[in-house]
Amino acid sequence: MILGVHDLAVTRGGIAILDGVGFGLRAGEALILRGPNGIGKTTLLRTVAGLQPPRAGRMELPPEGAAYAGHADGLKATLSVTENLTFWARIYGQSDIAPALAAMELEALAGRPAQNLSAGQKRRLGLARLLVTGRRLWLLDEPTVSLDAASVGLFAKAVRRHLASGGAALMATHIDLGLDEARVLDLTPFRAKPAAPGQGGGFDDQFDGAFA
Amino acid sequence: MLALLLRDLRLATRAGGGFGLSLAFFLIVTVLVPFGVGPEGGILARIAPGILWVGALLSCLLSLDRIFALDREDGSLDLLATAPIPLEGVVAAKALAHWLTTGLPLTLGAPVLGVLLHLPGSGFAWLTLSLLLGTPALSVIGTFGAALTVGLKRGGLLLSLLVLPLYIPTLIFGAEAARRGSEGLATATPLLMLAGITAGAVAMLPFASAAAIRVNLR
Repeated sequence: MILGVHDLAVTRGGIAILDGVGFGLRAGEALILRGPNGIGKTTLLRTVAGLQPPRAGRMELPPEGAAYAGHADGLKATLSVTENLTFWARIYGQSDIAPALAAMELEALAGRPAQNLSAGQKRRLGLARLLVTGRRLWLLDEPTVSLDAASVGLFAKAVRRHLASGGAALMATHIDLGLDEARVLDLTPFRAKPAAPGQGGGFDDQFDGAFA
Repeated sequence: MLALLLRDLRLATRAGGGFGLSLAFFLIVTVLVPFGVGPEGGILARIAPGILWVGALLSCLLSLDRIFALDREDGSLDLLATAPIPLEGVVAAKALAHWLTTGLPLTLGAPVLGVLLHLPGSGFAWLTLSLLLGTPALSVIGTFGAALTVGLKRGGLLLSLLVLPLYIPTLIFGAEAARRGSEGLATATPLLMLAGITAGAVAMLPFASAAAIRVNLR
């Protein structure tokens, strides 16, 4: 088991949005999160990535096991493709970026500053970053935004290779990646019920109470 | 961590990186002072250490909001927070990069500008030494302020308001050491106090900054 999520509740801006989420991911598995806008897919991914604490529930994942890719790609406009990718590789203690460049077909752009890339090329570079992390669990938030059909195919191939090598992927996406083996989890049933006023009992209530 | 330091240094020296901006600001402030107070050498010589210290401090302030805001905008900060290096290390590397691109050039440039302000000959070494000891504290305290305001839109002004009061002790002892040096008095006490402030800030504030960033990323 690479990731186990039990009874997780997450909040965004202090408001509970998901309650009682539970699932597991084994090596070689991919799980696609679905649900309408605002249901909490990004928040759930950020919680699993450790960027924010859960309101309740627990997660089991190996320490430093996940690589997160959010809406922004973390690219520096004035650095070249190679410099951007080499930086992230070194942060994760890796050195070889050639396979990642090849997998996302970025070799021809290697020397170009990131500011001169198109939106789709930037996205491909952002996804190539995942390949140099060496992490087993990928957390992907809308990974295919601004990618054309060919690039989506490249990305699906990279994900499939990652799964075949014993990795796992948890992703929020609206479009069909052609990953038929991936399971789908619809988050709609987990939507948190709006708390009645005065029953929240959370930090904010206590905080407000301190000044009442 | 070394990779992060090298990346920040490289970014600072690329187009639009802001390297040299602080130094140019420092130059202009220092050149403006004789226009304001008059060209009389005696007055200038007396206020030179203080003016140079205040100028260095304000120049340092200029580039603080870039430390985390740019990384926050392009998503790098989220990715660094989930990376294998501890956030305290990220903060320390960024503070060091800020000092290397701001504090160190200011320290090296200050003696040159001292000439413009009639700084007495005995004061140059002490001015440089006091800036060398004091500017790391300015960078580390400024990094803490930047970490506190990282989530805010246009937090630059708030950052200045937060950080300037925290700069007061550094300014007092730094300027005092430089003044005593230029008047030929003993400088050991203010220099030791200054070094103490820097050592304390470097040792403790990265932890506070990392905690502030964790809260702001939620």
